[in-house]
Amino acid sequence: MSSSAADSGFGQYVARQASAGRVVVQPRMGFSAAERMREGLLAVKRAAGSTAGTITLDSYTRVGRHASAMRHLDEELTLNGYPIVAYGPEATRKMLEGVAEANFPIQVRHGSADPRDIFAAMLESGLHASEGGPVSYCLPYSRMPLAEAVVAWRESAELLADAQASGSPVHMETFGGCLLGQLCPPGLLVAVAVLESIFFRTHGLTNLSLSYAQQTSPAQDREAVAALRRLAEEFLPGVEWHVVIYTYMGLFPSTYEGAQALLDESVRLTSETGSERLIVKTAVEASRIPTIEENVDALERSADLALHVRRMSQADGFYLDVYEPESETYTEARALIEAVLELDTDIDVALLSAFERGILDIPFCLHPDNRNDTRSVITSDGRLQWLDTGRMPLSQTRHAADALTADGLLASLRYTAQRYDNAVAR
Amino acid sequence: MSEPGTAGAVASDVRWEPEKPLRAIIATVPSDSHMWNLVYMQLVLEEHGWSVNNLGACPPTELVVEHCLAERPDLLVISSVNGHGHIGGRKLIRQLRSHTELDYLPVVIGGKLGTLGEKNSVFVAPLLSAGYSAVFMEAEGLEAFLRFIEAPRRVELVG
Repeated sequence: MSSSAADSGFGQYVARQASAGRVVVQPRMGFSAAERMREGLLAVKRAAGSTAGTITLDSYTRVGRHASAMRHLDEELTLNGYPIVAYGPEATRKMLEGVAEANFPIQVRHGSADPRDIFAAMLESGLHASEGGPVSYCLPYSRMPLAEAVVAWRESAELLADAQASGSPVHMETFGGCLLGQLCPPGLLVAVAVLESIFFRTHGLTNLSLSYAQQTSPAQDREAVAALRRLAEEFLPGVEWHVVIYTYMGLFPSTYEGAQALLDESVRLTSETGSERLIVKTAVEASRIPTIEENVDALERSADLALHVRRMSQADGFYLDVYEPESETYTEARALIEAVLELDTDIDVALLSAFERGILDIPFCLHPDNRNDTRSVITSDGRLQWLDTGRMPLSQTRHAADALTADGLLASLRYTAQRYDNAVAR
Repeated sequence: MSEPGTAGAVASDVRWEPEKPLRAIIATVPSDSHMWNLVYMQLVLEEHGWSVNNLGACPPTELVVEHCLAERPDLLVISSVNGHGHIGGRKLIRQLRSHTELDYLPVVIGGKLGTLGEKNSVFVAPLLSAGYSAVFMEAEGLEAFLRFIEAPRRVELVG
């Protein structure tokens, strides 16, 4: 790649849009048929607003079963995403002809605990941006031992770092701020996002993004993103980074208006916290997979609302500094990050040891390498709070896992959907 | 910090705990990576006095069979919500029933077992004849399952 490639990267594009006051909006989109994938990407590219493209891979590719993916393609069966390894670089380059460019970068999304084949295929296809992490794509979505995932992700990161060294504009996003998607108190989400970023930085990557998934309390979400930004400043020297927000990942409101209101709140969260990118959902998400047109509508609406919010925020002076710097989320996340880094100077070893000892413990996560002693609860004012801190080294410990009932869990899982449905029903 | 509200945990002082709790294994089909249904089923069983080994998301069928052979539980619960439960579920019960040592074992399956919505009920009969003791469709709610775990039993189909 030539030196001008440095300007064509995913991170560089997001930075350019941010300095012009625009939030980059991005769908979750993936089709198995190459023509349909191309059609989807072009529709997102044409959409009004600053958009980035997404190629979401299928579940066979996610678990490394490329022969099965190939067989489905041969028999013209539909997969639930784009099988980038099975297609091979030539077919993907052809699919992308005239699609990817400096002002329309594309991210490959995969959910894999071992993305080595995926990253190799992605780089050979001329794509340089992806996401995930050794913790965030192992514990919530696979049964792979964490020790294996950490090695696989180290080698994957090194593969990308090599490409970066030869001039490719590599970008990597940590999924650590999402984990199971819901019911994880933000202190732990922020800590894992920062720790996975430290992992990527250690293995040579210098252009990163840190994720955060919208949770149950707008005030707590803003506090969390402020904490995430401050900790990224403190722990990621020499890294160019931005923050990406995910629209609520749990059960969506069943009414169209409720779903729209929840989506709009995620746009406000992104804009008001100075976050640079948003992974958008659509209002039909609760009932089915959205069409290309519905995705484009949601992207355009979100981009437009983000601009409005920014204008209002500028006028009102409603910005990040209204959230106290020493917030509960900041204090918790910092305590966890420091406790993990103290375990070992090697971040790979430190992450493994942290989960083994329960210094990091994802609530409700059933993966064999997660202790699963911690529990969370939604307070009456909507904030996510620890019900049981397990063995995590937090200043305020709590041990009431037994107080959680099946009905209580169900209520927590339905909390957001009900709140937004009820609000619009009034 | 504010106290947990109605949306969250409720103290459960009415939990029934027998001297020797019945033991259940909870699992799902290999293709299903959903976790919340498994967490929920564990809480339900524990509240009714069961002790639970939850095998988590995406367990290989062999792993489920191995655990049943080693632990000889009183009940195996397969919960699946990804729409492929009727396929993986049939493979699983076939492998499990090939071990005569597990003839005694009540095995139930439930959740969102197909992608046909209300018509998912077409999967009930094939799953029962493949060897499940009971099949619980999403729409039925929890009632039928709760009645079953009061007296779990291996049901033989007649005819």
